[in-house]
Amino acid sequence: MTLELEPGRGHHDMGGLPAGRVERTEHDYAEWERRVDAMMVILSGVKGGRKLMTVDELRKNIEAIGPEAYDRMSYYERWITSITQTMIQRGVITTEELGRKMEEVKRRA
Amino acid sequence: MPEPEKQGQTTISTEGSVVDPRFSAGDRVRVRKAYPLGHIRTPFYVRGLTGEVERLCGSFPNPEELAQMRDGLPRRPLYRVRFVQHDLWPDYRGRDADAVEVEIFEHWLELA
Amino acid sequence: MKQDPGRYQPLSYFQLMEVSLRELLVEKGVTTEAEVRATLEDVRARTPERGARVVARAWTDPEFKARLLADGTKACQELGLDVPALRLVVVENTPRVHNMIVCTLCSCYPRMLLGLPPDWYKSRNYRSRAVREPRAVLAEFGLRLPDEVQVRVHDSSADMRYLVLPMRPAQTAGWSEERLAGIVTRDCMIGVAVPAVS
Repeated sequence: MTLELEPGRGHHDMGGLPAGRVERTEHDYAEWERRVDAMMVILSGVKGGRKLMTVDELRKNIEAIGPEAYDRMSYYERWITSITQTMIQRGVITTEELGRKMEEVKRRA
Repeated sequence: MPEPEKQGQTTISTEGSVVDPRFSAGDRVRVRKAYPLGHIRTPFYVRGLTGEVERLCGSFPNPEELAQMRDGLPRRPLYRVRFVQHDLWPDYRGRDADAVEVEIFEHWLELA
Repeated sequence: MKQDPGRYQPLSYFQLMEVSLRELLVEKGVTTEAEVRATLEDVRARTPERGARVVARAWTDPEFKARLLADGTKACQELGLDVPALRLVVVENTPRVHNMIVCTLCSCYPRMLLGLPPDWYKSRNYRSRAVREPRAVLAEFGLRLPDEVQVRVHDSSADMRYLVLPMRPAQTAGWSEERLAGIVTRDCMIGVAVPAVS
């Protein structure tokens, strides 16, 4: 049953699809991954600061990642992509600011 | 207190608190067979299928709207719905009483 | 790329994005490096031991257990555990019902009590099959349930976060709360394992 190709089913909406054995992998989270997690905690206002995004926007922007990229990317790669997209959508940062900052950081590294 | 406005069969207070949830524990409900775009929290695998309301969880802002940077108000009733596995999967091989419980917003449900 | 521990590894595209976003947010006053560090510590402090404490208390204090099952968030606050915003629902394993938690749509998880979810919980295979063939998935985890036990899978599709309250093994009579907490693993509280007494 190739349910995967059913139109109207989001790529993330995978309950009930055929799949393989659960690989009981666990990995120690890298510092940058933990920082992404922390960033979401801060931006969602849980720490008492201004609520700049919701978990719903996080999910929506993860769901917006195309299927191939979704499968290729790791969990926190999807998160940082989504959080950054949300900040752009919300006007907290602009694409120009982001581009310039990424160039600057890359030059430094 | 503002007059509640009637939307279909649901009475919703414009202040954001929900009056008169449509369903109660024990009601048989069917999930609407709709497949809209956007951010949806009703899983694909239950759409069009029938389960039983296990409880009213409370009312919450609509995540479909929150995802679009809107406030998701007025709050809507959210129900925990129990689906018998045999009703979900024709080839289910577990026990008859095995079930899946999913939280589903009122606007996705109809009385079965 | 072969990892040579002696050589500097350039940032990946996504690591670059993380550094850049964080620096921009700090420059704009949205947050501070100190707040990020403090939040990191908070997140690190959340381990399954928190959930195990809740379970051990429920096992030894029937009135706490009743409050926990009625309102998980409020009961955890009694133990000094804050489960903010999201509602905690504790589901109890009984001789007739075994509970199992999944989030098919993403990876919702009771992080406040269990910490960060394991990779497998977020994997395609778990998210797809836990609702469809839970008994087969449990068997892969080494858990085979008797026929008379129903399996109830909770798909965390909304704001509720679920925690399984496993059954207390009979051989633990007279144990202290601390000793009891020691046998409550993260996997028991997700519902893919049950406490074992060695």
